[in-house]
Amino acid sequence: MGMTWRAAMVSLLLFGLFVGVWHLATMGSGPAVTMDPEYAKLVGATASQGKSAMPGPAEVGLKIWQHLKDPFYDRGSNDKGLGIQLAYSIARVMTGYLIAVAVAIPIGFLIGMSPLMNRSLDPFIQVLKPISPLAWMPLALYTIKDSSLSSIFVIFICSLWPMLINTAFGVASVRKEWLNVARTLEVGPFRRAFTIILPAAAPTILTGMRISIGIAWLVIVAAEMLVGGTGIGYFVWNEWNNLSITNVITAILVIGVVGMVLDQVLARATRLVTFPE
Amino acid sequence: MTDKFISIEGISKRFPAPGGSTTVFEELWLSMARGEFVCIIGHSGCGKTTVLNILAGLEPPSDGTVIVDNQSIEGPSLDRAVIFQSHALLPWLTVMGNVAYAVASKWRFMRKDDLHRQAQKFIDLVGLTGAEHKRPAELSGGMKQRVGIARALSIEPKIMLMDEPFSALDALTRGTLQDEVRRICLETGQTVFMITHDVDEAIYLADRVVLMTNGPNAVLAEIVENPLPKERQRNDVHRHPLYYGVRNHIVDFLVSRSRNFAEEMKDTNYDPRHVPVVRPGAPQVASSRAATLDATDPGRARGPRPVVAAEGATPAPSGPALAQHRA
Repeated sequence: MGMTWRAAMVSLLLFGLFVGVWHLATMGSGPAVTMDPEYAKLVGATASQGKSAMPGPAEVGLKIWQHLKDPFYDRGSNDKGLGIQLAYSIARVMTGYLIAVAVAIPIGFLIGMSPLMNRSLDPFIQVLKPISPLAWMPLALYTIKDSSLSSIFVIFICSLWPMLINTAFGVASVRKEWLNVARTLEVGPFRRAFTIILPAAAPTILTGMRISIGIAWLVIVAAEMLVGGTGIGYFVWNEWNNLSITNVITAILVIGVVGMVLDQVLARATRLVTFPE
Repeated sequence: MTDKFISIEGISKRFPAPGGSTTVFEELWLSMARGEFVCIIGHSGCGKTTVLNILAGLEPPSDGTVIVDNQSIEGPSLDRAVIFQSHALLPWLTVMGNVAYAVASKWRFMRKDDLHRQAQKFIDLVGLTGAEHKRPAELSGGMKQRVGIARALSIEPKIMLMDEPFSALDALTRGTLQDEVRRICLETGQTVFMITHDVDEAIYLADRVVLMTNGPNAVLAEIVENPLPKERQRNDVHRHPLYYGVRNHIVDFLVSRSRNFAEEMKDTNYDPRHVPVVRPGAPQVASSRAATLDATDPGRARGPRPVVAAEGATPAPSGPALAQHRA
C-alpha cells in the first residue's frame, strides 16, 4: 500500500478516535434526578440528563448540515446564513489583500532594486511591521469613520509587510549572472524588470503573498469581532453571545476550511511560478 | 598587426582594500585582429575574468580603455556576446525561450515567426534540434552550454567573449563542444576572446595564447603565437612537430614563471605596451627560460614575425584620447 493510502488511513483513524472521545465526553449520563418531564424540558438536558453543555459531534454535524442546506438565508441583521457571513469576510480580506498586493509589490521592487531606498525605508518598516494590526483599528475608525472600511484597512496593513519584505528580498537576490545576461543583451530597465527580475523573484514574492493571505484570514476574524455587523468573526461573537456553542464550533471549522483553501490556492500559484534549477 | 579590431589600451583594475588598494592587474595592452581566436591563460585570481568583464562592458576598468571597432567601450553591447562559465540560462524559459530572448533583445521589432526562425537556426547549429521545448533543468551540462553558445551566436555579434565555457563539462563533452565552437567560429569568422585553464584546449582553439602572471599586480607576460596550421584536427593535433614545444612552454609558464615573472621582468626590459611575442618551436627551446627573449629562437626563422614583436600596442596618447572623444 502506498504511503498516501497509509497516511490517509491513519488520518481517518485519528479522526474517528477524536470524534469518539468527543462523543463519549459530551454524552449524557442518563436521568440524574427523576423529575416532571415538563420541568425536565424546561431545565434542559444538561440539568435533567447529566448531559454536558458542550455539544457532541452529532449535534455539530447536524448544525453543519443545516448550514450547508441553507447557507444564504437572511433573517435580519443578527441572523444571516453562514454563506453570507463568509462572503462578507472573504470580500473584505480580498479587497484589503489586493490593495496590499498593489502597494507592496511595486514598493518591494523599489526597495529590492535600490540599496538607497532599502536603507532609507528600513527603519519605517522595522517599526511598523511588529505592530499588531488590531492596534490600528481605533485610528482607522477615527479617520475612515466606517467600520467595514476600517476592517479592510486592517487587512491591508497586516498583509502588507510579508509581501513587501519578500518582494524586496526576492528582487535583491536575483542572481547576478541573469542580470548580466540582460545587461549584455542591452535589455532596458522595464523589460528587465518584467522578463528577468519578476520571473526570478516570483517564487519568493508568492511565498510572501501566501504568508500574507494566512495572516489576513487570521486577522479578519478578530477585526470583525471588534467592529461587528457582518462577517464570520462577528458570527462567532454573536453566537457566543447567544450561547450557541454548536454554531461557534461550526464557525471554527468553517474558518479553518476556508483558510486552508486560501492557502492552497496560493501554494498552487507558487508552484506554477517556481522553476527548477 | 594591421587590423586592430580590439585594442586593450593600458587597462588596470584596483579594488579598495584596508590601508590603500589592491591592484589586480596593471597596464594591460593587447590588440586582436578581426576573426582572431585568442585564449588567455593564467592562474585563478590573476584577473582574467575581470579582463573579460571589462571587454564585455560589465565592469569599468580603473584605468585605461578598450577600443572595439574604433569605438571605446562604454558598457555592455549586443556586438559583444558573452558565454558565461555557469551558462547563465534563464531557468524559467525553454531552450527556444532563452535563445529567442536574445534574438528579441537584438531585433526589438522582429516578427514572431522571424524571431523563431532565427533562434531555431542557431539551436540547429549547436545540435539541439528537438530539445527546443525543454527547460534548462532538463538538460545536461553540455547541452546547457550549447544553449549558451546558441544564445550568444544568435545575436550575430562581432565578438564572442567566453569565460571558461567548458570547464564544468566532462572531457568527452568538452572535446565535442570545442570542435563545434571551432567549426562555428571559423564558419562565421568570429573574433573570440576566451579564458581557459586548459592548455590543450588553448592550443587547439587559439591563434594566439596570452599568458598572464599571478595576481595581484598581474601583467601579460607573453603572447604565444600558435604555430599550428589554421586547419587542424583534434585527433592529430598533438602529432604536430611543434605541438609539445608550445605545450611545454605554456605549462612551464604556469608552473613556475607565472609566479616569478616579476623577477624575470627586472632582468629584461619588460614593456607592458610591447608584450613579448613568442613562437615556441623546437622542444629544447621551449624548456629554456630565456628562450622567449633570445634572438636564437628558432621560431623566428620559421615564422615571418620577429620573436619579440613590438606590435599590438598603440602609442599612449592616441588610445585614451580617442576614448575621450567618443565619450
